[in-house]
Amino acid sequence: MSMISFFTDTSVTLGTKLLEVVYIIIGLLAIYTGIKNAIDKENTSRIPTCIFWVTLGVLISFGRFINAFEHGSVISGIMIFIMVIPAMLKKVKPGKVELPTAEQRERLRKKNGMKVFIPALSIGICAIIFATLTDLGALVGVAVGVLFGIVFLMIMSKENTPKVFLTDTERLLSTVGPLSILPMLLAALGAVFTKAGVGEVIALYVQSIIPEGNLTIGIIVYCLGMVFFTMIMGNAFAAITVMTVGIGGPFVLSLGADPTVVGMLALTTGFCGTLLTPMAANFNVVPVAMLDMKNRFGVIKNQMFVAIFMIMFQIAYMLLCS
Amino acid sequence: MIKLLGILIIILGFTFKLDSILIIMLSAIVTAIVGGLTPTDLLSTLGENFVNNRSMAIFILIMLVTGTLERNGLKETAAKLIGKIKNPTSGKVIAAYGLMRGVFGAFNVNFGGVAGFVRPIIMPMATGAIEASGKEPNEEHVEEIKGMASAMENIAWFFCQVLFIGGSGGLLIQSTLASLGYEVELADLAKVAIPTAIVAVVVGMVYFIQKDKSLSKKFYKQAATKTQGQEDKVENK
Repeated sequence: MSMISFFTDTSVTLGTKLLEVVYIIIGLLAIYTGIKNAIDKENTSRIPTCIFWVTLGVLISFGRFINAFEHGSVISGIMIFIMVIPAMLKKVKPGKVELPTAEQRERLRKKNGMKVFIPALSIGICAIIFATLTDLGALVGVAVGVLFGIVFLMIMSKENTPKVFLTDTERLLSTVGPLSILPMLLAALGAVFTKAGVGEVIALYVQSIIPEGNLTIGIIVYCLGMVFFTMIMGNAFAAITVMTVGIGGPFVLSLGADPTVVGMLALTTGFCGTLLTPMAANFNVVPVAMLDMKNRFGVIKNQMFVAIFMIMFQIAYMLLCS
Repeated sequence: MIKLLGILIIILGFTFKLDSILIIMLSAIVTAIVGGLTPTDLLSTLGENFVNNRSMAIFILIMLVTGTLERNGLKETAAKLIGKIKNPTSGKVIAAYGLMRGVFGAFNVNFGGVAGFVRPIIMPMATGAIEASGKEPNEEHVEEIKGMASAMENIAWFFCQVLFIGGSGGLLIQSTLASLGYEVELADLAKVAIPTAIVAVVVGMVYFIQKDKSLSKKFYKQAATKTQGQEDKVENK
């Protein structure tokens, strides 16, 4: 369906159309980040950075319409490869960063006071309202919350001009960098696993170890597997794609367990693994350096009690509620 | 067995800290080859699913507000809020931060993590609380406070971020389940996470307050009895 016929088609729901508008805006923000870095003389890697963000932006803004063409998804696939090359070569870099000054922050704090929490909380509240009370969907709610937050901030202080919002978004996006698209790539990888039949193979092996048809054992193995895999990989998001295809699907969900409960708790049980492993360097090792601690395991040591408690709590929760 | 090569690449790749994006792409290519997918199949599967999961890019839109919030003194105001706790001890400061981090984390609001908030704001408050009670902060105690504050940060953020409807955790679960043929709603996923978030944050808070109490007793034995006496007096009034 072309862009014009999509937006004029009455059989497409309003929520879907609005969400598409949201994606177009998100994509444009990514494209802006690319262009800004391309003309930023302080960026040491201008063109590769630009290629990454602009390709990402085009995929987000127009992916739906590109995929609607014959072989369109092949074109999208090629674009993904083009996008990740500069990222894999570590050539996607932030340029000039204009941090808000301490003086401005303190001055605006005095002026705004606790009111600054209103735009901060508006996004989550709008997401809840839209998810529960409308059929437009949570993500449209997020977008409305963002809009509300922007308007509120602009009214709160004249210093918050549209340019400031754009600059700050670009600054944050450039700082988080290409790793921020990891969840999207992992989701796509999960689809490749499924298509190639990886799940069936794992299931075949696991079958020889754990008895099929026993939900209790299936849940325990799935949860502990999430903890263990996350500890090895240092990333619960990566672990859940692998574990769910291999164990969660065939040994838990296929026995009729509630997918909402199982899916969410599998991820948060995986987080317990994150709390226990030095592989999750960002959370457990970087703080040690940042706070100048003597014990390399000083953070993990303090997380062990809560992590182990939560593993048991969540296994029990999953057993009782699924 | 050979079909699992892609998974092995993921495990080894993450374990040996290779570039995450490189690992994922390599795993996708290898899985496609050993799983009998043609290059066109691989490209179209990747292309279709990446685009279908664009919802995970919603974080970019949220940055429109969060970036400017920082400029408007969000961190400084949060520090003021924590500063309001009565009779602060290091444990209480850490617990108060955990509570605030969790509540705001549920709304996808970040105060800057260890680098941006714990180091510049929580640490001085926590050690300041020891000094305010007339004691010289013990080096080992401060080391433990650093560990506890970072741990509280991680615990509160991990278990509360999934409460935000539209967060990447929920979206990834939704798409992973969808690829297996199960449809779930983001709001329902967030509901499941409410008990775990509350339990995790509360257990963390209680644990760190208690741990700090016993550490204080251990490191400031004489001083601790004195304060104890003062507290009793206050209660008697």
